Amino acid sequence: MTKSANKLVIFSDIDVEKALKNAVKKPRPDIISELRESALKGRGGAGFPTSVKWNLAASAQGERKFVICNADEGEPGTFKDRVLLTDYAEQLIAGMILSGYVVGAKEGIIYLRAEYTYLKHDLEATIEKMRGKKLLGKNAAGKEGFEFDVHIHMGSGAYICGEETALIESLEGHRGEPRNRPPFPVTVGYLGCPTSVNNVETFITALHVVEKGAKWFKTFGTEKSTGTKLFSVSGDCEKPGVYELPMGITIQKLLETVDGTGAKAVQVGGASGICVPAKDFEKALAFEGVATGGSIIVFGQHRDMLEVAINFMEFFCEESCGQCTPCRLGTETLLEGLDLLSEGKCSLKYLRELTSLGETMQVSSKCGLGQSAPNAFLSIIENFKSEIFDTRCSCR
Amino acid sequence: MLASERDQLKSEIIKMAKKHDHHRSGLIPVLQHVQNVSRHISPEAMQDIAEAFKIHPVEVHGVVSFYSFLSTEKKGKFVVRLCRTITCDMAGNEAVGNQLENELGIEFGETTSDGMFTLEFTNCLGMCDQGPAMLVNDDIHTKVTPEKVADIIDGYKNRFGAHVTTGEHS
Repeated sequence: MTKSANKLVIFSDIDVEKALKNAVKKPRPDIISELRESALKGRGGAGFPTSVKWNLAASAQGERKFVICNADEGEPGTFKDRVLLTDYAEQLIAGMILSGYVVGAKEGIIYLRAEYTYLKHDLEATIEKMRGKKLLGKNAAGKEGFEFDVHIHMGSGAYICGEETALIESLEGHRGEPRNRPPFPVTVGYLGCPTSVNNVETFITALHVVEKGAKWFKTFGTEKSTGTKLFSVSGDCEKPGVYELPMGITIQKLLETVDGTGAKAVQVGGASGICVPAKDFEKALAFEGVATGGSIIVFGQHRDMLEVAINFMEFFCEESCGQCTPCRLGTETLLEGLDLLSEGKCSLKYLRELTSLGETMQVSSKCGLGQSAPNAFLSIIENFKSEIFDTRCSCR
Repeated sequence: MLASERDQLKSEIIKMAKKHDHHRSGLIPVLQHVQNVSRHISPEAMQDIAEAFKIHPVEVHGVVSFYSFLSTEKKGKFVVRLCRTITCDMAGNEAVGNQLENELGIEFGETTSDGMFTLEFTNCLGMCDQGPAMLVNDDIHTKVTPEKVADIIDGYKNRFGAHVTTGEHS
C-alpha cells in the first residue's frame, strides 16, 4: 500500500502509548511552544500554523470544547489519509488525544467521508482498543483529571464538507454550506463551542513532533516549510502510491522518485490546485513554492490537457454548494467555455473574458472551493493555450 | 409503503432522535439510517423525521437534497458508484462504465427493473493509485477491468439473501 521506502517523520517508528503518556506529562504551554518552534503547518492544504490554531482554541473561553479530525479526504488525487486511517489509526487517535489535552477538550470527533465507510469498523475497533488501554476515557493517557473520548461521524457524500466550517454545519445536521469567517471555529465552532479542526496527517505529525522534538523535525524540509509531507502520487508514472518526502522537494525530483519523468505536466493539489508544465518542474513543493495538500497527478505526453480541464470543471460544477453566486454560476460558465473550446468555437476575446471571470471567482467566492475552482482552468489555459487552439477546429 | 412499515420506521426514527436528545446534530445519522433500510427517504419519512426533530419538513428535504449519499428516489439494493475523477478516467473507467451498462442493461442514473442495482458516477474515491475504482454499497473495488465487471456484479446477485424482500421497508 505504501510504496515509500523513506521513514522520515510520519512513517518513522514511534511507541504511541509511551509518546502520548510522555506528552501529557508536559505542561500545555510547553507543547504549544514545541509546536511553534517546529513551525508545523496544517497538512490538509491550507497550511495554517498548528501551534497557533491549538493555542487559539486553548485560550478561547468555553465550558465545552471539541477536537475534530477532518477525514473527509475528497480532493481528486488525494489518498494519503486513507492509508493513514487504515494503517496508522492508533497514531491518529493519539494525536487527537494530545490535541484534546492541549486545547482542553473532552470530545473528539472523526468526520469520516461516506466513501470510506469500509474503514469505519476497524477504526472503531482501534478506538475501543485504546479505551481498553485507558488512553481514552476518564484520566485519559494516565493523566489525572484529563477526560477525552472519540467517536466517528459519517459524512454523506459532499466534497465541500472538507472545508472546516461546512464540516461543522454538516455535523450540526445542516446542508454543508460554509460559514462566514470570522468568527473562526477556534472560538465559535461546533455547537457554538471552541473547536479545533485538523487534518488526519496533522494530528499524526504533531504527535511525532512533540515526542521527538522540533529540532529533529526541522532537520527535514526548508526554513519556511519544515518537516516532511505525504504525497499521493497517481497518473502516468510507474510507481504510484503514497510517499513521504521532505518539504521543498522539486517536482522533477519527485517525478524521478516515482518513475514519472518525461511527463508533460503535473497537477499539484488536485482539482483545486494548479497545473505545472514541464518547463517549471524545478519548482519546489512547499508553502513558499507550489503549495499542496499532497495530491500529485502526473500527465504523460499523450494526454489532452483540455480534457483534464473539463474533468476538473465538471467536478466543481457538481460539488459547488451553490450558496454564493461567483462559484455557483462561475463554474458553470467556465465549463461552457471549455466545451466551446473543445468544439473549436471559442473566440480569444471570449477566452479573455472567461479568464477574467476566473480571476473574479478567486477573489469573490465565499470559501476555498469557489476561490480555487478556477485554478486548474487558468493554469491550463495559460500553459497549454496553443496546444488547445492547434488541435481544435470547428470546420473539421 | 404499507402503513405498518411506515409505523415501524417511524418508531425507529423516534427512538434514534431521542438518543440524540432531539438535537439537530442527530438529523444526518437518522437520515443515513433511513436511507440504509428503505433505500431512499420518502416524503412520509421526511415528515416523520421533521416531527421528531421539531423542524419543518422543508429543512429535512434541504439536507437530503444536498448530500449525494442521501436520496428522495428509491435506489437499488446495490448502488454501484463508478469513480469519474481524472485519474480513474486515465486508467480506463470509460470502458468499465460501458461494460457496467451492458451487464446491468441500464444507463448511468438508472435502477434495474428488479430493484437490485443502481448505477451512478461518483467523484474521487481516494483510490487514484489503483484505478479504475468503484464502490458497490460500502465495498471498494479497485483496478476494475471490463472483464471483471460481470463477476463483480454476479457476486452481489448471488449473495445470500440478495433477493429476499421481507423485513425491509419498501
